This record gives sequence, C-alpha cells and structure tokens, in this order.
Amino acid sequence: MMIEFILNGQEVTSSAKANARLLDVLRNEFTLTGVKCGCKEGECGACSVILDGRLVNSCMVAMGHIAGSTVMTIEGYRETERFAVLDKAYAFVSAVQCGFCIPGMILASECILAKNPNPTEAEIREGISGNLCRCTGYNAIVEAIKLAAKEGRGLW
Amino acid sequence: MEKISEWTKKKDHDAKISGRALYVDDHVLDGMLYGKLLHSAKAKARIADIILPELPEGYLVVDKNDVAGVNRVHIVLDDSPIYAEETVEYVGEPILMVVGPDCKEVARILHEIVVVYEEQVPLLDILTSNTVFFNYNYAKGDIDKALAEAEQVFIETFQTGYQEQAYLETQGIIAYPHDRRMTVRGSMQCPYYVHGAVAKALGYEEKDVQVIQDVTGGGFGGKEAFPSILACQTAVAAQKANKPVKVIFDRREDMEFTSKRHPSICTYKVAIKNGEITGMDIEVLFNSGAYTTLSPVVLQRGLICANGVYRIDNLRVTGRAVKTNTVPCGAYRGFGAPQTFFAVEMMMGHIAKELGMDSLELKEKYIAKQGDATSTSGKYHFHVPLPEMIQRLDELCDYRAKRKLYQNQTGRYRKGIGMSMFFHGCGFTGSGERDIIKAIVKIRKNANDTVELLTSNTDIGQGLKTTFCKIVADTLGIAYDHVHIDNPDTDRVPDSGPTVASRSLMTVGGLLQRAAEKLKKEWQPGVEQVIEEHFAEPDFVIPFNLENFKGDAYPTYSWSVNAIELEVDTLTATSKILGAWGIYDVGVPIDLNIIQGQMQGGFLQGIGYASMEQMDYNDKGIIRNTSYSDYIIPTAVDVPNLVTEIMNNPYTHGPYGAKGAGELPLVGVAPAYAEAMENALGANINKVPFTPEDTMRILQEAKNDDRIYS
Repeated sequence: MMIEFILNGQEVTSSAKANARLLDVLRNEFTLTGVKCGCKEGECGACSVILDGRLVNSCMVAMGHIAGSTVMTIEGYRETERFAVLDKAYAFVSAVQCGFCIPGMILASECILAKNPNPTEAEIREGISGNLCRCTGYNAIVEAIKLAAKEGRGLW
Repeated sequence: MEKISEWTKKKDHDAKISGRALYVDDHVLDGMLYGKLLHSAKAKARIADIILPELPEGYLVVDKNDVAGVNRVHIVLDDSPIYAEETVEYVGEPILMVVGPDCKEVARILHEIVVVYEEQVPLLDILTSNTVFFNYNYAKGDIDKALAEAEQVFIETFQTGYQEQAYLETQGIIAYPHDRRMTVRGSMQCPYYVHGAVAKALGYEEKDVQVIQDVTGGGFGGKEAFPSILACQTAVAAQKANKPVKVIFDRREDMEFTSKRHPSICTYKVAIKNGEITGMDIEVLFNSGAYTTLSPVVLQRGLICANGVYRIDNLRVTGRAVKTNTVPCGAYRGFGAPQTFFAVEMMMGHIAKELGMDSLELKEKYIAKQGDATSTSGKYHFHVPLPEMIQRLDELCDYRAKRKLYQNQTGRYRKGIGMSMFFHGCGFTGSGERDIIKAIVKIRKNANDTVELLTSNTDIGQGLKTTFCKIVADTLGIAYDHVHIDNPDTDRVPDSGPTVASRSLMTVGGLLQRAAEKLKKEWQPGVEQVIEEHFAEPDFVIPFNLENFKGDAYPTYSWSVNAIELEVDTLTATSKILGAWGIYDVGVPIDLNIIQGQMQGGFLQGIGYASMEQMDYNDKGIIRNTSYSDYIIPTAVDVPNLVTEIMNNPYTHGPYGAKGAGELPLVGVAPAYAEAMENALGANINKVPFTPEDTMRILQEAKNDDRIYS
C-alpha cells in the first residue's frame, strides 16, 4: 500500500514499508540529503524535520505514522521568507561551522519562533537542546536565533 | 579591532545552511556497493576459523588476502593491519568487509558470519602493560639534587579518561576505481595522509591514487589518522569489486571503534625548599591501545607541556605510551596536552594548599615570561600575556573574592570557583614542519583576474576557507569574492600538509600570504599565472632535537586563562555551571567571529571532558557506552553563561599577526572545572571526568569522617 503525505508542500506517495524510517525514506527515496543522519537513535537532532508543525527526529518516525501528515525538511523550508531571515542571522554571527547539525538546527529555530516570536534566551536554549552541535558551544546559534527574532518581527 | 578581524560571510555558509552541501554519505555513484566491517568481538585472540554463509550474487567478502600492496596502514609507524591477520588485538579490530548492493542484505550476511576465536588473556591495565610502544625522557637542571635537598617532597598521581570526538558526522569513505586509478573521497582532515596510505595498500604508484575531501562534518583530530585506515579498507574492497564502494560508520561503530583521546596516569613529585618549588620529577603514562597510530607524537606534546606554564629550573620528565588490547587512541584537539595540563594545574593547587596559600597566588610566582627557557631549554621568544589575562578574568568574574567566599561552606548548595592557565604550542612539535611536511602552496591566477588557492588543508568547520581567502584577498587588494577555494583534490593541489596541530592558519596561511605578496608584485592583468611558495623555518627558532628534547619545540605559543564557577547540590550530587570565562591570545584573529566560535566550541568540549564525558572498557576490553544516549556531550542548556574574550597579541611571524587557535580552548578547561569542584566540596580531586558519582563519593566520605570524629 502506498503512503500518501505532504512533503515540502507537495502531495507525494511513497512505496516504503510502514515500518521504514522517515529519515531513510527522505534521504533515499526523495533524495532530500539536507536531512542528516547523526545517530539513528533520536539523540542528536541532525535529522530533524517538521511534522505537522512539530519538530521531530525523523529517525524515530515510522512511515506508517505519517500517512496524511505534512512534512517539512530544509529543502522546503529554505524557500520561505522566514528561512531568509534565519539564514541572514546565522551568517551574520558566523554560527555555521561543520554544518552537519545546521539543517536540523534551522528547523528547530523555526519551531522556537513559531511558538513564541520573542523567546527568552532560556527558551531558545531549551528549544535547541535536542539538537547537538559539537563545534560552536551553541552561543553563536543562540545569538542567531535572537537576531532572527528581532529582524524578522511580524514574520512569526 | 584590526581590519582583517572584521566579519566576513563564511565561504561555506550558503551551502551548509541551505542543506545543499554534500557530505560523503550524500553521494550516490552508479553501480555503487555498500560495505560494512566485521569487527573483532574479542580483545585478544587467534582467529581459528571464519565460517561464511553462502553469498548471494553480487556480494563479496574482502579481507587480508585481498590486499595487493602491504597489509599495513601507513600512519607514523606502519603497524595497524588493514584487515586482521592471524590474531586480533582489540574489540573492534576489522577482520573483513562484506560488500554488496543492498545495505540490509550486507548486514544480514555480516550477522551470519561465524568467527571462531581462540581467546587469549588480554592486556587491559596500563600499569602492568609490559609492551612499551614509546618511551621518552628529558631533563634540565639537576632534579636529583633538588629532591635530595628538599625540605618537603609532594607526590601525587592524576588520571584522565577517554574522550570521544563525537563529531556529528560519522566516519565515511567512498572509493572507486577508474582508468587503472583509484579515487578515494570522504570525510577527512588530511587528504595526503590518506593518499600515501592508500597507495601503499593497493601497491599503486602515488600518481595512480586520487583523494578528494568531501564536506566534513567535524573532525577535532578524529579524522586525522583514522580516515587513512578506513580508506585503505574501502579502497581494497573497491579494487576487488571493481566498483565504487561506500562505507559509512553508524554512530555506535564510530564511538566504539574509532580513535579517542589517550587515557593517562601522571605522577608528579615536586621538591620544595624554603617555601619555593625547586624541581619537578614527572612520569607520564598514556594508554596507546593496540596499535601505535599517532601515540609517539601525542606523547611528545604531552611531555613538553608537563610543567605547564611555569618556570621550573630542575625538571625531569619521563613518558611512556604502552600497549593494551583496546581501541587504538589517536589525535584529539590538544593532542596529549590536556592530560598533562590537568595534572600540573591540579598539582600546583594542591601544593598551594599544603603551603597555606591560594593556588593562584602560588601559580603567579612561577609563570614564565618572555625570554625564559621552556621545558625543553628553548625560549619563550614572545610576550606571555598571562598576568593581564588573570587580571581581566578577575574583573569579569570577581575571581579572587569568590574564591575566598566559597571556602568552608555548609548547607545543601555549595558554590565553587576555579582557575587554570595554559598554552598551546603552535604547529607541529619539533622539526616536523621543516624535516617531514615541507609544505607547498600555490595560488593560481585566472585570466579573468580571479584567483584560486591550491592547498591540501581542509575546512572541517573551523573556517579555513574563509580565513585563507581573507588573507589572500587583503594581501592582493582584490575582492574577497574574487578569491576561490575548493575542497582539496590531490590531483589539483600540492601537499601543504595535514590539517592538524593548529598549524593550518599560522603556517599554511603564512605561506599563502607570502605567495600573494609575490603575486601582487608580478600581477599581470588578464594573464594566467601560478605562484608557488615553500615552507621555511623562521630564523629565530632554536632547532629542536628529538633525541634529547632540546630546543624550541614550537616557534610560538597561544595562551589562555579559564575560570569556572559552579554550584553543587550536596543532596543529589549534581552540579550546575554558573559561569565559564575564557580569555585567549591566538595572535590577531583572522575573523573575530570565527575565533570566538572556535574558543566557545573548544571551551564547551573541555567542560564535557571534565564533567560528563565518561567512557571506559570493562574486564573484557569492551567499551559499553557507545551512543549519544550514554556518552553524554554538552547540550545548549548545560552551560548557559559561557563567556570568551580575545586578547590581541600579534605574532610577528604569522600572517597578519595570527598564530595557532583551534586546539587551545580545550587544553586547560578540565583543571578549572576540577578546581571549582574542589572549592565547593573542600576536597582534593585527582581525576577527570569528575562526575556526579565522584561527587557523591566525596560527600559520602565526608559524612563518614564526620561520624568518626563527632
């Protein structure tokens, strides 16, 4: 049975089994390689996607669960106005180092700001605490999200 | 702030933030096969038999018999087998690889292979290991006399554990044969290391091997030597299959079986006369694991740092890296120095207590100054900014006052603050740069007056593409956008050496600056030009002799002082970091944002090393915490108040005044953390990581003591 869902704004169908990982299907069937695989155990957040408005680790989601759902990956999100604001903010504070956590981190940033357009630093840190970064020490990422909140006023 | 330090958009920003950057696992080649390694399940055994299931068509097994060249990985010494021969020496040693078109089928086959081991008793204790891979010693002054004449001699032992690099992208390599050549691409720090190793493994001439670095998701040393091993295994498989082969480690495989920071045991014997430190006699022991990999050079750096930032006239340092039947250790940011800096900083603090002083007061008496001799009788040729760093830290966190305030606390919550001071010797240890690496860089000027930088150094997140381009753009006086740099491809770039030792910006960046100066003079608009530049050792350097550890081990040093303040909950034994402050001198930052990012990231890794990153093997030589679920690295909520400041101290021989930066921030974090815990708990600490379980033990002992004495 084919699984139908909305992927980055498009209706798609997948022939994957119900117990296949969303992560593997996104990377292999849909060639969405912006979704990174860091651990396959739901710990690192590199494979984060937005599923029906919530940030999830796509390695922890079975395909059977997403029938009829909406999935957004970095490939879809990068076309948005909100991404442009985050992109500029991350660039301005040089928050991107090795980059492997970054697609997930950007989607986590979106979810923080979607929930609260004026988050406190503690809320920002909490919001990205499921996304590991080994390079930055997180300060620059936190600054980038603060900056995006300021510059993107009205967008979230 | 110098102009060169001002913000520039990073060269790799757009590709990475948009998810367009392709890492090795993102590449799929036509007809590509997937490989997975069979790792030894035993720490020491003879392989009596290997029973293979029937292989479906298109699947094959690759092992030692398929190595056309030499079955050894070229690192420093050539002792790591590409695939195991008669014996296995650690849990995880690669025995064979199963290769085929479907990953799941490969995994199934791997699962059905039976290896018959004849087990032997593994060597797991470094204190009783009788196989010494490397043994160095050096001395200056007369330590025996100092000890004989001492009024007091303090002896203490310090231990440090493993640290796993835990880069977010696991190890991965693709190898593909074509036109009687082998191309290897993947996640790596050192393309020419991989190049040399693969040529030897395949029995190819060097010209028949091409190595390309893919976008690399972090390294921290973990992708210095290890990719050479994986590349040899993968290239041998690709040669046999005559098809592209991709091998990507899963997280558990990566954590358990790839190289980590060497665990250490250091013993310090310190002579005191008239209240003064008159000598140090230091023994350093590193757990090398089953093979030598980078242990000789890691040990050398550890030994050279053994007396810390202090002027110790009578000094003897002996060091051994010994074999155990465990995963081979290797490079990790700091490269031997975090172990000895932990020991010496704690030792100084403990001596201070015995002498009735605060540790900072004692340390300040012995801080080396410009012109002083180094541990190896070389010279600190340049200004040592530690005194002003200490002053700045005190301003930032009110260190001295808090340190006093936090003595003798009672109650459930107790605070503590600690400080450490340390350096990173910039670049390769000793004469490696001059005698072994002999770096070459090229700048190619195109007819359209843009330029391309040709070096083998890799951007692994530290911003090298950006900083290299800034140096050349500024030197030539052309737009930053007109300077290009790609990921290195050994068919196109000269060997400018590996991306290690905090050498790339200082040494290779310096060569690029000189090449750019030359190009500027010879610049012909509209004409293609190529400029080449070779390494030359600065004139002031006192040549280093490895035989007796005499001379300048490093041309210059980067400096740092850290302070950490925390609060311990004595009921739960957990602690919370209230503040972490670091002051850094890395010369002139070639981009302040990038340097801040390096310092903050390294600082947090160091806090992980000190407090939570616990990894050990059991009595069978098996590492049990092999995932992010049980090898815990810091998240964004662990250290909310981490402050870093850069102190400008231009290095006259570095490009735009820059010197080594990447490793410095990790080197001395652990002792600042441990000293803060000591301050809170009122007890001495001799090991890191210092975990809540360790805190609980100290609290329990204090309770027991109260019972005895009350």
